[in-house]
Amino acid sequence: MTTLETATDVPPSLPALFTGFLKIGMMGFGGVGPVARHIIVAERNWLDDRAYAELMGICQALPGANTVNAAVMLGDRFRGTAGALTCVFALMAMPLLALVAIANVYDAVSDHPLAQVALTGAAASAAGLILGTAARLLTKAGLARWAWLMAAAAFLAVGLLRLPMLPTLLVLVPLGLVAASLGARRI
Amino acid sequence: MERGIFGQLVITFGTISLMAIGGANAVVPEVHRQIVEILGWMDAPTFARLFAIAQTAPGPNVMLASIVGWHVAGTSGLLVATAAMLLPSSLLALACSRGLQRFSDNRIVRIVTLALVPIALGLMLASGAVAMLAADAGLFGFAITAATAAVTYRSKVNPLVPMAVGTAAYVAGWCVGLA
Repeated sequence: MTTLETATDVPPSLPALFTGFLKIGMMGFGGVGPVARHIIVAERNWLDDRAYAELMGICQALPGANTVNAAVMLGDRFRGTAGALTCVFALMAMPLLALVAIANVYDAVSDHPLAQVALTGAAASAAGLILGTAARLLTKAGLARWAWLMAAAAFLAVGLLRLPMLPTLLVLVPLGLVAASLGARRI
Repeated sequence: MERGIFGQLVITFGTISLMAIGGANAVVPEVHRQIVEILGWMDAPTFARLFAIAQTAPGPNVMLASIVGWHVAGTSGLLVATAAMLLPSSLLALACSRGLQRFSDNRIVRIVTLALVPIALGLMLASGAVAMLAADAGLFGFAITAATAAVTYRSKVNPLVPMAVGTAAYVAGWCVGLA
């Protein structure tokens, strides 16, 4: 069993897990991924690079935000259910407080005409952000031809045809699993 | 069929939680479909603005659920929607974390990842497209979206930078009558 091996011998305590994930949540302005790696691997030495990559691999294969899944899995591995709860709570606490603060500012200004314009601009920019990120990840993922077809089908079904997501996934995920296992066998 | 806002938040985000492959960035079209089109809780531009706010907040990308919950039912709505978005996927992660201790072979993980990554990326593109149309920012808005996308595609700069520049550019454009 190599998954999620600890780099240290003594599993971190609940307070250590709490402060670690609090920091990840606090510093993750504009994306928590890099911060999470820095704190888990470099600063706290909870996992080595290989174990961290393995952990993120599993998190990617599950629904939900990667960092939340990582918090659940690391917390559980080190300190059981209490550890998982501690990590998720710590991870979410500061971002939620920040969100409440931002939301209150939004509430206070959203009727002002100039704020309306700024928010519309922010919405247009946020759309570009996610489009650009998706495009970059798509070109860097080294997808096989069938995988490009899956990506295109998902985009078409949900983005253009606006089909409900559940039936779309119920068709695409099994297809993807079949294609992936055939492809994996060939390699 | 009166469920109350909180019950509806639990149902909506509880199911979306398990569909969120790659996090909330994959489910913008579904959240939009349910919240704007089916439930009619807000109009499309408001939804797009809340999405933008969720992008600026720190933290993992589940904050879209939190801000939608907040918008429809205040702080309790925020907490209920966040918990509904986190709980199902976290329970699944917990089960997998414990189940995987019995395998030494991570072939299954590799196949599932191979299958899900392209779907997640296609859904992320769809999220961007839906958010762009919902923003309803006009032709100049499309230009801002395209420029932000191009910058994000080419450089690994902190996303808050293109976001701030894009917003400022849109306001400036509005001031000179472009938007």
